[in-house]
Amino acid sequence: MYARFDLSSPRSLDEALAACGAAEPPMLLAGGTVALVEIRAGKSDPRALLSLDRLSDLRGIGREGPALVLGARTTVTDLLESPLVAGLAPALADAAGRFAGLMVRNAATVGGNIAAGSPAADLVPPLLTLDAQVELARQGATRQVPLSEYFTGYKRTLRQPGEIITRVILPDPRPGDFNAFYKLARRRGDAITVVGVAVTVRHEGEVCSHARIALGSVGPMPLRARRAEALLEGRPLDAAAIEAAAAAAEAESTPIDDVRASGAYRRRMVRVLVRRLLGQAAGRPEGGDGR
Amino acid sequence: MSNERKITLTVNGSSRTMVVPAHRTLLEALRDAGHYDVKRGCEKGDCGACAVLVDGVAVDSCLTLAATVEGHEITTLAGLGDRESPHPLQQTFMDTGAVQCGYCTPGIIIAARDLLSRNPDPDEDAIRLALSGNLCRCTGYGKIFEAVEQAAALLREERAEA
Repeated sequence: MYARFDLSSPRSLDEALAACGAAEPPMLLAGGTVALVEIRAGKSDPRALLSLDRLSDLRGIGREGPALVLGARTTVTDLLESPLVAGLAPALADAAGRFAGLMVRNAATVGGNIAAGSPAADLVPPLLTLDAQVELARQGATRQVPLSEYFTGYKRTLRQPGEIITRVILPDPRPGDFNAFYKLARRRGDAITVVGVAVTVRHEGEVCSHARIALGSVGPMPLRARRAEALLEGRPLDAAAIEAAAAAAEAESTPIDDVRASGAYRRRMVRVLVRRLLGQAAGRPEGGDGR
Repeated sequence: MSNERKITLTVNGSSRTMVVPAHRTLLEALRDAGHYDVKRGCEKGDCGACAVLVDGVAVDSCLTLAATVEGHEITTLAGLGDRESPHPLQQTFMDTGAVQCGYCTPGIIIAARDLLSRNPDPDEDAIRLALSGNLCRCTGYGKIFEAVEQAAALLREERAEA
């Protein structure tokens, strides 16, 4: 490591929040798979780091009422190995299974993936389709914000200096809800996402009563395709509805060109992947006309 | 404020006390202490050459601050076995020719050890997923997957006999 900084490793959340209440709050260190890379690359130059590694209470997956609760220090490997996550949040399990490499999955955390604010953070689109709430703690106060409002711009979020993400809360899906994530990348393993799409679809009778479509790596931050969702709700999930939603999602995405793919390709793939996942939700594997 | 601290780690079964600045990575601390079986690669979590076990779980030592593993048990490749009594993974990597230049091998064996401790009978998809954070630039991955499969079989036999 080339940069110098001070490091504290508090043993309790209270101690951590007290340290974060300082005039110049330390930078938070969770799994280190983003923070230490950025420090080494000179993209951030903190004077002090506060490591969350001893706050073992923040790690774990459990149930609280009709909700799944993920401690912020829960690792990606924890998600991958959890029967609760596989059953209640299949898209999140999909994303965990395509996340970086083993050593990074063992270290990277749910809270860190959200806090990093990257448009390519793979856990975020699944969490958006599951209506996740983010719990933020500061000294003497705790608040919950919808993840769908948490990101305000490229690597900009609602988290204030001094706040720590403590938990992520996912209201239970209804039995029969379809929930899945598709990661398009240059290869299967250890790749940054070119386009990530997560979808939730709920049916009541013949009608789609609830739809969530979330997109990664196609804008300054992970986003919900709200116009596409609105086109689905209240009508049957037929080929015409799927096509209309896929086109709307494409129109809602604003990808850039980069080394991994062009913006034009990403936009086109948003349409293809939204159509594909909605087709799966409708029980038509190819979806729409299969293009 | 000094950012140095004195830490005690267990490395391959031996207790080691060292004085490290806060920004010293576990990779740097281990190599400074002579553990050259831990390799420095990309230093950003892409290549897996620096993987070690922390309490049995594989992590990239380049993305781990030494001070945060105070009190934990570190295992490097050399801690798994040696020339006289190699670990089954070390044996099958030699047997199958899964090693060419060898630079990626320590990290790959550490990742494979993490896999086999969770899943004694992995299929090829599980092996590929487990090794997705390790890059080899010489030999290709076919023999590496074969070596892991063979080691898994050897370990299952050992367990059945025990």
